Amino acid sequence: MTQPLHFHPSEGFAARARAATADPALRKGFRGAMDFLQTKRQAQFTDAAELSDLRDLGAAIRRYSLSRLPELLQQLETNLVANGIHVHWAENADEANAIVIDIARRREAKLVIKGKSMVSEEVALNHALEGAGIEALESDMGEYIVQLAGEGPSHIIMPAIHKTKQQIAELFAAKVPGVTYTENVDELILIGRNVLRQKFAEADIGLSGVNFAVAETGTLCLLENEGNGRMCTTVPKVHIAITGIEKVVEKLEHVPPLFSLLTRSATGQAVTTYLNLISSPRKPGERDGPEEVHLILLDNGRTQAYNDEQLRATLQCIRCGACMNHCPVYARIGGHAYGTTYPGPIGAIVSPHLLGIGATHALATASTLCGACAEVCPVRIPIPELLIRLRNEAQSAADSGSELRGAGESRSVLVSMIFRAWALMYTHPMLYRIATWFMSRGRALTPTAQGAWTGIRTPLVPAPKRLRDLLAERNSRHE
Amino acid sequence: MDSPIQAVRRYPSKPADVYLFATCLVDQFAPDAGLDAVRLLEREGIRVHFPQAQTCCGQPAYTSGYPDEARAVAVAQMKLFPEPWPVIVPSGSCGAMMRHHYPKLFADDPAHLPVAEELAERVFELTEFLVHVVNFQRADRGDPYTVALHTSCHARREMNAHLTGHALLAGLDQVTVVRQVREEECCGFGGTFSLKHPSISEAMVTEKVESLRATGAERVLSADCGCLFNILGRAEYLDKVAACSKPSLPGEHIASFLWRRTGGGEQ
Ligand code: SF4
Repeated sequence: MTQPLHFHPSEGFAARARAATADPALRKGFRGAMDFLQTKRQAQFTDAAELSDLRDLGAAIRRYSLSRLPELLQQLETNLVANGIHVHWAENADEANAIVIDIARRREAKLVIKGKSMVSEEVALNHALEGAGIEALESDMGEYIVQLAGEGPSHIIMPAIHKTKQQIAELFAAKVPGVTYTENVDELILIGRNVLRQKFAEADIGLSGVNFAVAETGTLCLLENEGNGRMCTTVPKVHIAITGIEKVVEKLEHVPPLFSLLTRSATGQAVTTYLNLISSPRKPGERDGPEEVHLILLDNGRTQAYNDEQLRATLQCIRCGACMNHCPVYARIGGHAYGTTYPGPIGAIVSPHLLGIGATHALATASTLCGACAEVCPVRIPIPELLIRLRNEAQSAADSGSELRGAGESRSVLVSMIFRAWALMYTHPMLYRIATWFMSRGRALTPTAQGAWTGIRTPLVPAPKRLRDLLAERNSRHE
Repeated sequence: MDSPIQAVRRYPSKPADVYLFATCLVDQFAPDAGLDAVRLLEREGIRVHFPQAQTCCGQPAYTSGYPDEARAVAVAQMKLFPEPWPVIVPSGSCGAMMRHHYPKLFADDPAHLPVAEELAERVFELTEFLVHVVNFQRADRGDPYTVALHTSCHARREMNAHLTGHALLAGLDQVTVVRQVREEECCGFGGTFSLKHPSISEAMVTEKVESLRATGAERVLSADCGCLFNILGRAEYLDKVAACSKPSLPGEHIASFLWRRTGGGEQ
């Protein structure tokens, strides 16, 4: 089952994180995978100056595109329609799913074969199709594995990264008819391929995501490694692409720098095996390609980010996953603990717009603000700054005038009182001096139980004399 | 190097006077580190002024969603440094707060923004100041010794202080710095993060302690007390659990180590 809609990821986050950190297999798996991906990325970017320039360019392209978002979306629609591609606008998940189901019903479709699409995960499309009596089958190997397991992806690029070879072997033996247990990776892939090959031929509709939508030419760019994306978009009679409204760029020439940043940041590949440029359905006389091509452009809260000068940077994202690959928190808890479609740092900054700040406030706090994400983000999203902003919004008072959905919902009266008292003490040097004097002189009375701190550490004990005392003593001696 | 601060700031010449902003952690929990920072600077012929009204940079509120409280505390500090002298901070994290985040905190407050910006320009992390302004060149006076350096995240990514920390240690002939695996990775402190998400913090700090211990270094150093307390507190706790009488990972602020190694206290 994919996750239900209107999920509340903050609820139970601490328990999921605790369970994940206590799971040695999960810890080892993620640590190894993240180390591997970090090394691969590093090997692609040996020239720091070149990387810095390319990131500047990538960020500039994304900022420029967003600065003209409404116009570019209109231009995209005009050119796609001129190319014979149907364009649909979906305000939210339900609308997006209804559009797919409508097309499927009209075409009397029974099987939808899917290429990798995080937006389809975001709207829980498989769940909706199932409800409509239509089978949805994932054809990306990682997605196929998590679908077989009845799970969701734990990483936006490598959905089954949490699974070991043995777990996949057991899964295939249990779930794929006629398969005997094997841990041979090549054999496992072949098993999946054989199943999928057959299904590509049977499927009525192919569904895919989009990496970049080019407004000027009406082109949909799709990056992939397995060839399943090309199959999904060419073999079935209908191709439906689904993506967020932020994925538009103006010109074809804007794609190569983003493409290069994306593949190198994501998997440390210089290029992906496939780069599909889809610009129309099959034309008369052409030998392959779908009869119908549709694009669904999903908002689902993105407009909220767009409307905020600072939070708009969230939409620069090209979904490379580098922020999660370098996140020390993600490496410890994996993707599922977040409870959102998009985990890790990008998940923490984008989910509040999709699900509301009240439902997602725990994610923004699950960061030490170490800055590893922003250091690698290919389009220079200042992730820690956005996390701080989201924390402010989560704690904002009722009269703050915040326009963000769910702002202030999770404000804690106790914590706000603590910070008010803290500010009082730290803005009044006299109070501070008295309080810390008592703490240092009464250090023998320092509690040994200091909440979560001493759950795993020895207590913090004030020094017998504060620095200000030592310096004052020194000065009086010198005089 | 790909950090928000590329440019190394140097002073026209070594200033005669500086301010010390010690941070609340150093003042209350690690005064020796603060004192050693003062001694290091004074030995270079610099007068160190410590405004007694200083408290905290305001970071705990700033990162917890309480910008109003952070601003109030920041304003109280901003008044304390009227002379155009450099403000030296023996913490990369608090230094970065004043250098990079004060201007952001007051972006919409025209009354305070100029003060915040002017102050930010002259805030230096201690090791940054020693390397780039003081041109610290004191000879190592100690016996052969091994250390590991924990380069805190804000010090590293916002102040480039991992470079200056390593540069200072490289200047000590008899000291060998043993590099830990994943040196650039966070120790799991994160201020209130360590209290809000204890299991994640535990996972992070435990791995950091393991990688530091694995260096076999005799001592771990850091220019940030928050991280240091996190790491040392965890190591001590694990020692207790293992009934180990000798500390498996002793550590201290880099200022204290530097002061001792370069002959501090001998005069
Ligand atoms: S936020 Fe940046 S690093 Fe993270 S997925 Fe998006 S583009 Fe990649």
